[in-house]
Amino acid sequence: MISAILLGFLFALLLVFAGKFFKGKFAVLSSLIPLGLFLYFLQFIPEIMEGKVVKESYNWVPSFGVNLGFTLDGLSLLFCLMITGIGFLVFAYTSAYLHHHKYLDRFYGYLSVFMAAMLGLVLSDNVISLFTFWELTSISSFFLIGFNNTQEASRKSALTALGITGLGGMFLLAGVVVLGNITGTFSIAEMLNMSPELIKGNEYYTLAVIMLFGAAFTKSAQFPFHFWLPGAMKAPTPVSTYLHSATMVKAGIYLVMRFTPILGGEEIWNTTLIVVGAVTMLYSAVHSLFRTDLKGVLAYSTISALGILMFLIGMGTTESFTAAAVFIIVHALYKATLFLTTGIIDHQTGTRDVTVLSGLRKVLMPVGIAAIIAAISSAGIPPTVGFLGKELTYEATMHAPIIATVLLVGIVITKMLLLWAGFVAGIKPFQGNLPDSLKDTKMPGPLMWVPPVILAVLSLVFGIMPFIIEGSLIKPVVATLGGESGEIHLALWHGFNTVFILSLVTITIGTILYFVLKPSAKLETAVGKLEFASPKSLMEKFNTGFTYVSSFWTRVFQNGYLRNYVFIIIFFLIGMVGYSMLGNTEFNIDTSELSNVSFYELVVFIIMCIAILFTVFTGSRLSAVVAMGVVGLTICLVFVFYSAPDLAMTQFSIDTLTVILFVLVLYRLPRYLKIQDHKMRIRDGILSLLFGGMIAALALKVLSEPVNTEIGDFYAKNSYIMAHGKNVVNVILVDFRGADTMIEISVLTIAAIGVFGLLKLRLKRTDRVQ
Amino acid sequence: MEILLAILVGLLYASGIYMILRRSLVKLIIGIILLGNGANLLIFLLGRITKGLPPIIPENSKVFLEAYADPVPQALILTAIVISFGLQSFAIILVKRAHKVVRTDDLDEMNATDEDS
Repeated sequence: MISAILLGFLFALLLVFAGKFFKGKFAVLSSLIPLGLFLYFLQFIPEIMEGKVVKESYNWVPSFGVNLGFTLDGLSLLFCLMITGIGFLVFAYTSAYLHHHKYLDRFYGYLSVFMAAMLGLVLSDNVISLFTFWELTSISSFFLIGFNNTQEASRKSALTALGITGLGGMFLLAGVVVLGNITGTFSIAEMLNMSPELIKGNEYYTLAVIMLFGAAFTKSAQFPFHFWLPGAMKAPTPVSTYLHSATMVKAGIYLVMRFTPILGGEEIWNTTLIVVGAVTMLYSAVHSLFRTDLKGVLAYSTISALGILMFLIGMGTTESFTAAAVFIIVHALYKATLFLTTGIIDHQTGTRDVTVLSGLRKVLMPVGIAAIIAAISSAGIPPTVGFLGKELTYEATMHAPIIATVLLVGIVITKMLLLWAGFVAGIKPFQGNLPDSLKDTKMPGPLMWVPPVILAVLSLVFGIMPFIIEGSLIKPVVATLGGESGEIHLALWHGFNTVFILSLVTITIGTILYFVLKPSAKLETAVGKLEFASPKSLMEKFNTGFTYVSSFWTRVFQNGYLRNYVFIIIFFLIGMVGYSMLGNTEFNIDTSELSNVSFYELVVFIIMCIAILFTVFTGSRLSAVVAMGVVGLTICLVFVFYSAPDLAMTQFSIDTLTVILFVLVLYRLPRYLKIQDHKMRIRDGILSLLFGGMIAALALKVLSEPVNTEIGDFYAKNSYIMAHGKNVVNVILVDFRGADTMIEISVLTIAAIGVFGLLKLRLKRTDRVQ
Repeated sequence: MEILLAILVGLLYASGIYMILRRSLVKLIIGIILLGNGANLLIFLLGRITKGLPPIIPENSKVFLEAYADPVPQALILTAIVISFGLQSFAIILVKRAHKVVRTDDLDEMNATDEDS
């Protein structure tokens, strides 16, 4: 199984080197890969029918409990066959559709990466690897939607799709991590073996469900995340066929189905699925009425179909699972057919505007037959498999656990509108008179028209002989979902009952609607006016607003002025430290322990204060520097008073050097600047005083705490014994911490080299700013 | 005396920040120096001050016989003084250099890179 998944990736890799070969007339050969995979998966049918599960496992990151485990059961098999089967037809179709396209090899590369990722997704047993493949499908979808990367709309749609499905990926990751925490395993098989009550009783159950829904609803374009899908129709039609109707958008459906036996059955699970599915199916079915672009109609009807699937799974009965499984097949068959025929129409006539197209049966007969069968199947008219799907859907909805009547009305209306959409896409372009402008339309090569015909024929075959799929596909899927697969019996004729009457009503009203309501550009513009309230434009507004706010934020806080940064930092520091100090304002300083203030100390204190104030307020630069030197020298005196002779010596020499250096440089500088206005100075003054006061208060607070002299004691005790030096400060610097001092010397050396370099560098005339 | 020293530290910090917030480059450097002095004094103060007992072992003894000032803060400050000298001298020369090139002492006029000006 792992080789089946890797095959797609390897082929994509091969295309990097051998792209030229597959660009030309051998392009069709690439379709052998999905065909081979399709046959490979077909041979598993007997095993799966017996109820067996095929498993494979490889260690990947064993330390995190992540391994490459693959499971093939009924559900995976259905998806695998769809992915590879439709994949085969799409690969073949593409070789003609994008014949001699400049980047055909790239296209095949993305397509096969997607196929491999999708296979990995539906076969993964480990939820982490499921997530990885999930993201890979989003990424390959991004490249495929943006394939026409010279068009701005195409790039924009690709980004939107990536944004929405990427958001879903985040949800999925969060969901599987929460699930992993609840169950203690990342393996789906092991989760299935646990008692469901244990998982559903967990306090994080709801969180896990919400996260998984977030992933499934974004991927499967459920309201209000649906808008990326119509945008994704900017991709070449084979992509729309493959990713955005038959396979990738069903990944969300797959996810929900996969976790139904583990998490399903609770009210939050069922109700959410039913409500979201119902809203989506109605909302987008109505929307499809207002499109004139064939692909637009198909996009909205696809979203609607995905809504129906969510809705069916949400009901959680054996009947609804059966209906869902059948409808997946039905939808994949007819929707892929319609997309492929739309692609042919677009390719041969150059337009997809349904108001222009008509009478194409005269020039594109086989395509027309395929499209019409697909339209009939989508309308649910016998003897197609679509009829079967619709009957099962109605049957299941009638027995819905909640508000069955309301839901039944909803689904019937949806089906009527979908019938309209199917007819518009499948029948409208082929009926009526052929306009002169389309008279020259030529039949495409068989590589293009055979695939839709095959799919259409399958729609018929499965409809007439439902037993083909009953045992091989439907029953295993329902069994995987936890339904009673023994109860299932598919048949075209169910007898004359309520469901049949509903079917008749649907077909009649839908057909009348088709003849009454013609797709028109007028309607489309009329609805376009409501666009401002749609989730899509809301998201765009949010994006614009977000960008605006963040650039405003940046302009305020990062405006490039040093003092502004300093001001903000100090301001917040005062705010935070000051706030925590407000809580405990007690100062209990034991004044008896403090040293007395002698007269000369007081004099030094006063001198220092005056010197500091003078430094700040003097208008002459030279006096400021001198006053600063005085400050340094008084600090030197403090060191002398309080037993730090080494510090005093260092401070003295350094202070002197600094003043000398300053004076040497000074005479070259212009007059002392005094630019800022009064207000600014007062503001800065208040801030500085607050900060200084805070530091002083902090210092006093620390002084009231006990002090730890352990380290000092160690050095003092061992200074002579170990290092044979009597000046402890010196010994620390050159012996105990000798390496530090050496590094310090290197830093000084670097500074010295820098100073030297700056002094010696000769200025060229051009370097001077005029 | 500790209280007076704490006030001095506060004053040094306040004046340092005030000077850093000015537009003149020279004032900026003076501000940094004042702030550095304040930090040194703060460390010195918080290591507890002791009068007249330097951490030097008496002539004919191997260990201290009486109380002594904590040598660790002193070692720290010594390092800090020297390093800040490295910073200051580099900054001073840089100001000189910058002034030579752009002929201004005003930070706001140095806001643009060569390409913009």
